[in-house]
This record gives sequence, C-alpha cells and structure tokens, in this order.
Amino acid sequence: MKKIRVLVAKPGLDGHDRGAKIVARALRDAGMEVVYTGLHQTAQQIVNTAIQEDVDVVGLSLLSGAHMTLFIDVAMLLKEKQMDEVLIVGGGIIPEEDVPALRKAGIAMVFGPGTPVEEIVSYIKKNVKQ
Amino acid sequence: MTDLSTKVIDGDQRSIARLITLVENNAADAVETMKKIHPHTGNAQVIGITGVMGSGKSTLIFEIALAYRAEGKKVGIIAIDPTSPFSGGALLGDRIRMTELSTDDGVFIRSMGTRGMMGGLTSALYDVVEILDAAGMQIILIETVGVGQDEVDIVKIADTTLVVLVPGLGDSVQTIKAGLMEIADIFVVNKADKPGVEQTIAELESMLDLVRSLDRRIPIVATSAKNKKGIKLLSSKITEHQEYLKKSNTFETRRRQRYEAELVEIIRKRLMDFIFDEKKLKTTVDCCIDQISKKELDPYSAADQILGKILK
Repeated sequence: MKKIRVLVAKPGLDGHDRGAKIVARALRDAGMEVVYTGLHQTAQQIVNTAIQEDVDVVGLSLLSGAHMTLFIDVAMLLKEKQMDEVLIVGGGIIPEEDVPALRKAGIAMVFGPGTPVEEIVSYIKKNVKQ
Repeated sequence: MTDLSTKVIDGDQRSIARLITLVENNAADAVETMKKIHPHTGNAQVIGITGVMGSGKSTLIFEIALAYRAEGKKVGIIAIDPTSPFSGGALLGDRIRMTELSTDDGVFIRSMGTRGMMGGLTSALYDVVEILDAAGMQIILIETVGVGQDEVDIVKIADTTLVVLVPGLGDSVQTIKAGLMEIADIFVVNKADKPGVEQTIAELESMLDLVRSLDRRIPIVATSAKNKKGIKLLSSKITEHQEYLKKSNTFETRRRQRYEAELVEIIRKRLMDFIFDEKKLKTTVDCCIDQISKKELDPYSAADQILGKILK
C-alpha cells in the first residue's frame, strides 16, 4: 500500500519549531509518514534527506525572514538532483509580496500564519504526484 | 535504461531509496529486482540496537556510525518508529540526532514506520537489509522502535544485538524477567552521566552471575552518547562479538535464522494477500465472520474451511 511520505524541515538558523511540529502531527494524523529532521538544516542536508527517504513532499518552515534564499536554494537543489516530481510547500512568516517569486522558483504553495491544518492536508492530498 | 538492480548494486542513492519504497509498498515490481540483488548480499555486518523509548538509541547510533566512518566503512542506518494503529500515519523523528550524517556520501539513512508489524520491526526490514547490503554498506545499523519487555524480533535479523538501558528503570527483578533481557549480545547502559548507573550495572552483573553454561559472558558497557563517552569501548566490544561469532560458528547459525525468518515473513505476507484478496477468498472469509458472529460456526472450524480452500 502506497503512503504519502513527507519531509518536514526547518532550514537555516531559525529556532522556532512549534508550527512545524503541529503540521507534522496533523499530517501524521491524516495517515502520512512524516520524516521530521529538526532544526538548523542546510539546503544540502534537506535535499539529501529527501533523496534517501524518497519523499513525495518537502515542507519547509521558516520564521526568520531568510526564505527567499533558503526556500529557493532547496528548490534549486532538488531540481538539480532531478527530484522534479517532489511537491514543495512552505510555511511560516512569509510576506505576500514574496510569494510570486517563491512560486516561480518551484514552491508550489505557501501557507501563512493561521492556516487551518486541514487545508494543508487536503492541499497535499490533492496535489501530490504518486 | 540501466536496470534498477544494477544501479542499486552500484550504490546509487536515488535507486536505493526507490527500491526501498517499492518493497515497503509491497509492490510486485520489486520482486524481480530483489531476486537479482540477492547474490550480491551477505557481506554486511548487521547490528541491531534496541531498548526502551528515550534511552538514547538514535544518539548512540550516530556515534557508532561516526566510529565506523572513521575506519572508512560505509554505513547504512534503518531507523524504525511506530505507525499509528488509528490513522496509519507515522512521525519518523530519528534523523534529528543524525543530522551531520546526512551530507556524508558514505552513509545512507532510511526512516521507516512499523506499518502494523509487531515485535518492534517493520515487515519490509529483511528486504531493506538486503538492499543496503547489496549496495555496498559494510555496516548496517538497525534502530528498533522504543520497546517494552516483549519486542525481541531484532535477534532474528541482527548479527549483534545491543540492548540499551538507562539508569533507574526498576529493581533487580526486572533484570531476570524474560524477553528483552535475554536477547542482548552486549548491554549498553546509556545516559551514564545520570545518577544510579552503578546500581544498574551491579544489578545486570548479578543477573549475569545467575546464567550458567555460557561460553561468553555478556559485556556491559556504560556510555554517555550525548557526551561521546564510552563509544570506543562499545565499538571494541562489538568487534569482539563479531570475532566470537566467527570462532564459535554461531555466525552461520544466525544467518540461517535470518533467512528462515525472512522466508516465513514472505510466505506469511503472500498468504495474507491471498486470503484477503477480493477476487480469491475475501468473500469466503467475510461469510465465515458472519457465521461466527451468529454462532453458526466457531473460529476453529472457520479456519479449517479457509485453509481447506488453500490447501486443496
């Protein structure tokens, strides 16, 4: 039986992981296998983990403001490793005006503060490529 | 296109990961590839690490892996966490303690959910060990789920089993209970920076004093994985155990046990698939369950009926 595998990662130096943990828990309760790697991940570490764990989705959480560098680094590196079919989503404190550039870079969806977890679950279920 | 088995044997990380997903999902496509890789297996040293939840297994594995990497050996790590019996989902969090290894090309880490398997392991584990072995991993470290007293299946697959304990888990009676305490090739008392470590070791020693007819006394190693203490001693005890296995011819026996367990698991899975296959026996099974609940049939006679259909 195929299960949706998701990597939930916190890139960079941001130390706030409550949101990431709540999302990880919600995805678990929706029947997904969630690989949680903890804080302070580099783009290289996130992408290597995504390869080894053969995940369908990479979820990035960032509250430090470095998303324009770090989210895009992860997306580029995934592309470079031919992980094109991986669905990339992001969340955290992301200003509206940054979203178009992030989407262009390959972040399929950005979830802001206050997003109900059900919305994230149903978005992933609808858009994951399996 | 190059065959998946060839790429796995070449150690291509993406292909290893893909094949693991295939065997986990029980996909029929994996069978042919698994057949092709089997001749390339048998070289890896398999070390099982088991113990209670929160005893520091992941941190310990990280340190053991570093020690083998320093020797230039390739390391595969399989980290198992529980699958929810309610949602079927799982939170796989063992990599948190192993972050530094994720950019090392000589290490392959895979997190797995138990997916309904009892005994602290996951059903695809035998396959995953074969895959990592064929891919050239010289050392395979398996982290079981955090276990209670009874999840001991790791012995069926590991060459060396480490049972990880921590100070302050109970009195000396706990050490003479059956199950977990019987499967150790090496006892590790982790978190040795915490109070009570001397007592835990003393209780283990006196438990071992009661064991007769052992040609090898099980070593007890105190570690503090977080502070990188005791790891050298632990590595040397693992090596000693490997040498003991080879000298005492126990190695062959253990490997045979693993293949037996693997074979039984494959047969079990195939039978279960057959019994619950919509097209084959599902209707019969459902009908039996109806009759059992109406007391028209008892479960034993129902089992005879179902088995009769398979064996005829």
